[in-house]
Amino acid sequence: MTGVARTAGNGPAISARQLTRRFGAKTAVDHVDLDIPSGRIYGFLGPNGSGKSTTLRMLCGMLLPSAGSAEVFGLSIVKDAEAIRRRLGYMPQKFSLWEDLTTDENLQFIADCYGLTGDVAARIAQQRATYNLEGLRKQRAGTMSGGQKQRLALAAATLHSPELLLLDEPTSAVDPQSRRDFWERLFQLAGEGATILVSTHYMDEAERCHGLAILAEGRLVAEGSPRELMDGVEADVFEIEGADGTDAPRLLRELPWVHGAAQLGLRLRVLVDRAQPDAEEKIRQLLRERHIEASVARSQASLEDVFVIATRRENRVA
Amino acid sequence: MSLDRLRGALRRLHAVALKEVRQLARDRVTFGMIVGVPVMQILLFGYAINFDVRHLSTAVLDQANSSMSRELVAQLRATQVIEVRYTAHSSAELDELLREGRASMGVVIPFDFERRLQSDSRAALQILVDGSQPNLTGVATGLAAVPMLTRHGMGPYSGGKRMAPRRIEVRTLYNPEKRTAVQIVPALIGVILSMTMVLFTSGAIVRERERGNLELLIATPLSGFELMVGKLLPYVGIGLIQTTLILIVGSLLFRVPLAGSLLDLYAAALLFIASTLGLGLFVSTLAQTQFQAFQLAFVTMLPSILLSGFMFPFEGMPKVVQWIAEILPLTHFNVIVRGVMLRGAELPELWLQIVKLTVFLSVMLLIASVRFKKRLD
Repeated sequence: MTGVARTAGNGPAISARQLTRRFGAKTAVDHVDLDIPSGRIYGFLGPNGSGKSTTLRMLCGMLLPSAGSAEVFGLSIVKDAEAIRRRLGYMPQKFSLWEDLTTDENLQFIADCYGLTGDVAARIAQQRATYNLEGLRKQRAGTMSGGQKQRLALAAATLHSPELLLLDEPTSAVDPQSRRDFWERLFQLAGEGATILVSTHYMDEAERCHGLAILAEGRLVAEGSPRELMDGVEADVFEIEGADGTDAPRLLRELPWVHGAAQLGLRLRVLVDRAQPDAEEKIRQLLRERHIEASVARSQASLEDVFVIATRRENRVA
Repeated sequence: MSLDRLRGALRRLHAVALKEVRQLARDRVTFGMIVGVPVMQILLFGYAINFDVRHLSTAVLDQANSSMSRELVAQLRATQVIEVRYTAHSSAELDELLREGRASMGVVIPFDFERRLQSDSRAALQILVDGSQPNLTGVATGLAAVPMLTRHGMGPYSGGKRMAPRRIEVRTLYNPEKRTAVQIVPALIGVILSMTMVLFTSGAIVRERERGNLELLIATPLSGFELMVGKLLPYVGIGLIQTTLILIVGSLLFRVPLAGSLLDLYAAALLFIASTLGLGLFVSTLAQTQFQAFQLAFVTMLPSILLSGFMFPFEGMPKVVQWIAEILPLTHFNVIVRGVMLRGAELPELWLQIVKLTVFLSVMLLIASVRFKKRLD
């Protein structure tokens, strides 16, 4: 028995059309189209309040869409929510197992909820081994560290070998080492055939995903593999060294053709509209006028740059 | 296939109930409440609530100061209802004693006491009652039964109203000693069960929501019905334990009899526990937080205690209040439990109350399952 079941067929695991969710006057998810292939790790990247959690909750049938539709394994998230539930594992942002129950009690309860058949004790033992929980069998979840809780939560979410795993900011409460281990396990699960949809606001995590959707204010503003997104960025990137401590960032940001300027250590990264001619020369000129001794060099776009451009364009439309 | 589904549902019910029991057992405060609340309440109510008033602090203003007036005071004393603590020398002094609350009752024997006893036109004596305290006015009326006054066919004055002479013999059935505990303790079963059951269950589902567990539960195949019934099952057991506890303490400390069958009593308790759990469940679907749930639980509790016939006779309440009381399960359970424990009635004789409780339970479960949707919004 492997950790997860392999998704049958090659169709998309998830497809959404004009998926929308409103809370009163606020639109949390705004006409989102998604096609998420199976067997891949797909990331939702976006700031807080961009609609990541709401989209995940709609996909597991917890919230109804206000408009639009979505299918998981070809099943409607509105009509077939119960059938979908048996095939997906969901890990909420907040630790949602029972803090006053032990590792074994939590896992046994989840196994009963999903009606696991066969040798349930063996399956639980297998999960304990995989997620390094052997020493925590009799420990109550409330007394565990962030990393231990996260391993337990993932063990519970994958206990019934789901074909689709929805993870809502799974690494927000854990240390860097635990984060690395966690992503190792996600790649293992994907290798075994599972489709994984993970939301994050960490750039390094987003970069590991096979595919990415960038969300801002409920709208899908960019989509593709991290490589595609970085190559396709509609901006030139310049790095200015030696301008730290000056008002260069503020001056640059005031220019209409500059998308953003952010200090990274000693270097100031400037994103410039590709349509602007002689941008490099104009930056040098501005620095000279201000008597700032600094070097300007062209650089590669990073995922963070993609994110800044995508969310900035969104702001202009809004 | 359907057998498999039933087996799956039973397994999930068992899992939810087991989880609830484990969590309860680890929550020491709640666990203590299961035993502590009924015992504390039965002791409090059993000893403190006493409608059988005795030893009232009394001041006497004897203006006649004759052998007959002294005999009257002795007779009043002999009833044990009053205890003469003060002797006033003027009506001003008597007023003061009453106002300061040192005396709850004042007896005024006028100068012409003997002459008044012979005549029909004026009251022989005046009894002043502190009307700010409940249940005392009736006591004054009872005092009219002392031999000297009845012999002469005269009643005392109370609040300016003339009392009729007591010539009617009153016999109290089922509780010949007129002990309040005998009236109170059976009804206490219902009161205590209402309090703990509604309080526990109203918080049960809200707690899962508040702690974030509900988000995970919704993502599993567990149905709303399985979740609710599974969470209620342990409380049925707890309710029966509490019933047993009250019966034991009531019998040992307050010598409360059991005239009817114990089996009937437990059957009625089971039905009542289910009704109260239904009410708690309904409350839990209204509340968003545990705090709200507790407040709502108290809202249902107060009318239960006041209107159910536990404190005041049902027939004495205004019609509108009686309608409200008819909705409360405790009203019907009180009729049943007093019937079974004190009057020795059998359940079929109390069919009307049983039907009403069953209707209440069905309506509550229906509303609760309609209201509980397996979604976050």
